[in-house]
Amino acid sequence: MIFGKAKILRSHGWQYIPDLYSVTLTEEFRGFPLLTETDDKQDLERAAKICPTKAITTEPLTLDMGRCLFCGECQKCAPRNIKFTNEHRLAATRREDLIVEAGQTAPKFDTSVVRPEIAKYFGKALQLREVSAGGDASIEMELGATGNVNFDFGRYGVGFTASPRHADGLVLTGPISANMAEALDICYNSIAEPKILVVCGSEAVSGGLYADSPAVDRKFLDKYHVDLWLPGAPTHPLCFIEGITKLRAKKK
Amino acid sequence: MKLYYITNNTASAVKIADIPVVDYTELYNDLAERMTNSRYHVAHYFATEHEMGLKFYLIILDDECGEVLISSFIPDYYTRGLASLTALHAQFHPFEREMYELYGIPFNNHPWLKPLRFSHDRRNRESTMDSYPFYQMEGDELHEVNVGPIHAGIIEPGAFRFICSGEQVLHLEIALGYQHRGVEGEIIRDDNKLRQTLIAESIAGDTAVGHATAYAELVEKLGEERIDEELKLERMIALELERIAMHIADTGALATDIGFQLYQVACEALRTVTINTTQAWCGNRFGKSMIRPFGTNHPLTQAKVDTIIKNITDVRRRYNELREDILQDNTLLARFEQCGLVPTEEMQRIGGVGMAARSSNLKRDIRATHPSGYYATELKHEPVLKSHCDVMSRLATRLDEVLQSADYVLNTLKGYKPTEKLRAPQYDAKLQADALSFSLIEGWRGEICHVALTDNEGRITKYKVKDPSVHNWLGLAIAVRSEGISDFPINNKSFNLSYCGHDL
Ligand code: SF4
Repeated sequence: MIFGKAKILRSHGWQYIPDLYSVTLTEEFRGFPLLTETDDKQDLERAAKICPTKAITTEPLTLDMGRCLFCGECQKCAPRNIKFTNEHRLAATRREDLIVEAGQTAPKFDTSVVRPEIAKYFGKALQLREVSAGGDASIEMELGATGNVNFDFGRYGVGFTASPRHADGLVLTGPISANMAEALDICYNSIAEPKILVVCGSEAVSGGLYADSPAVDRKFLDKYHVDLWLPGAPTHPLCFIEGITKLRAKKK
Repeated sequence: MKLYYITNNTASAVKIADIPVVDYTELYNDLAERMTNSRYHVAHYFATEHEMGLKFYLIILDDECGEVLISSFIPDYYTRGLASLTALHAQFHPFEREMYELYGIPFNNHPWLKPLRFSHDRRNRESTMDSYPFYQMEGDELHEVNVGPIHAGIIEPGAFRFICSGEQVLHLEIALGYQHRGVEGEIIRDDNKLRQTLIAESIAGDTAVGHATAYAELVEKLGEERIDEELKLERMIALELERIAMHIADTGALATDIGFQLYQVACEALRTVTINTTQAWCGNRFGKSMIRPFGTNHPLTQAKVDTIIKNITDVRRRYNELREDILQDNTLLARFEQCGLVPTEEMQRIGGVGMAARSSNLKRDIRATHPSGYYATELKHEPVLKSHCDVMSRLATRLDEVLQSADYVLNTLKGYKPTEKLRAPQYDAKLQADALSFSLIEGWRGEICHVALTDNEGRITKYKVKDPSVHNWLGLAIAVRSEGISDFPINNKSFNLSYCGHDL
């Protein structure tokens, strides 16, 4: 028995990623999109039409990562206009910064709107309460993965906690199903101040495919200040890690 | 009178006019008898608006000869309710509850006619999540434990109410609906089939490949084109990779719940290798964007085939080391064996499906009983069955299925020379008019069944989804009866059912 375990351990080896901030994902991964205007708009119009979440505008050309599910179909329709890179660091502090414009070369992370108390109180340790309100389980699993043996975000004092009373903030996933809206509100209000609110995944950011569904109730987001917006379907663990790290970094 | 239209899972869609519209009493009498035989179980049963009020469709599977039986009926306008089939066969319970919730149809003598998911379009708006009619028991020695809707972890919401005598669970009732997003309404909002595919992927994000394949096969049965054999093969690979990843995740989750860190971290690492392989193939760790109707945007290339072979060979070897050790670990076995029993007859009675059913020695596996795609043509699948019906059986099924799926992937890809020229997806294919199409896919949890109806222009006007969890949640409630309440977590993990797949 003990030999069996030794064998497992030997095969397991070292799994943690030493530097979480310099990882480059596979070429296939669809992250930050590069947009290019062209004189003719036919391709682009087809792309905008087929986009399932209406994330693309053609005049001027923009792509809203907060709506985008990174299905890649628009790139097939309009390869001259839209090209997804494998850049996974997509976090933004303002909702409108998720809207990518033609010619933009990198995601925008505006530190000027980050509240100074975040670094002060949560710079060393940050415990979060996750609430899924219609999340499809892939995003919940990715958040779970941030603490696993590969990413081990816990090494920087960031983790998830069971009780909102122990939490410093809330991470919301899912388009906010109406049946979950009240529980979400109660949970958020059970967290003591100061606290942060992180909206994780394109479904949570914009409602995604369910933005117009009568079964969804998004009033929660009108009521409270959001500190971090994270796109993705689901958000990649490294996107979450990068966003949280920047949010709690001391301003230079 | 003919009661059923008989077809199978590889035939094309059925003309609605060909489905007999029968007398409910006759159908009821037939099912009363028929469903006592374990070769049959209900795959779907739903109602839809019709000029005469409501029209009901019923789909029964015959596991022995692979037939699919479809029937329909239109109750008389003055009908004051239907005799409940659940009263005779518990497996009908979620379907009758859903129809009662949506349309107010009473099912007479239904023993448990409670709300199913509190859909936004339910008939009775007074019935809300907060007023769920939990079962109650009186007694000085009893107490209730309420868990949820928010759980102590990064998982989806649902409410569990235990009635306990001391530490012992007498009864568990599971109230769901918190995750209801209106999937079935949104999918038919317009005719954009890319959007429909993405909704299918989001039905249960941990089964993105399974549900997207169910959508794709359903639509393809309504179309005219033949599907390339190569595409079928690549879809099989995607489905088995999803199964491998999730079974490994659950092996790790079970280890976590008994504080076994070695197995936990080993599984985390192995799952990462598996889903990163999927990501290297299609760009998404959960296989979103992989499956599209009539074609694919991600045909396998030789380089990708080599990556899959290399990674899955490694995963298989390492997982097998783990498996061998698990099967000898006395402390783990002491915890998992004889815990959370769902005997075979009980599993059959409630209509259990998938790996949970196979762990109770009930042979429910669409890949073997109603195969489609590559499973129907090339792969002769033999289901893994376990006879102890406990948590350990549910783990042991996974232990064997990971190896089995890995072998399917490796044996199929060895010597496979992809042409890399698979057709692109089609989102504007003309679909058959006035038809009913269904698909059956064995996702990693079990039987996924989608059903659609088209109008006279071939537009989908009704879409019904069934995740295997709809059948199996009751299995979890039964498993924990008479167990200590502290054994709930391992039982829950041993089923790992979907909330969003149930709530839609
Ligand atoms: S990748 Fe994003 S923007 Fe493009 S079609 Fe898909 S959802 Fe729309």
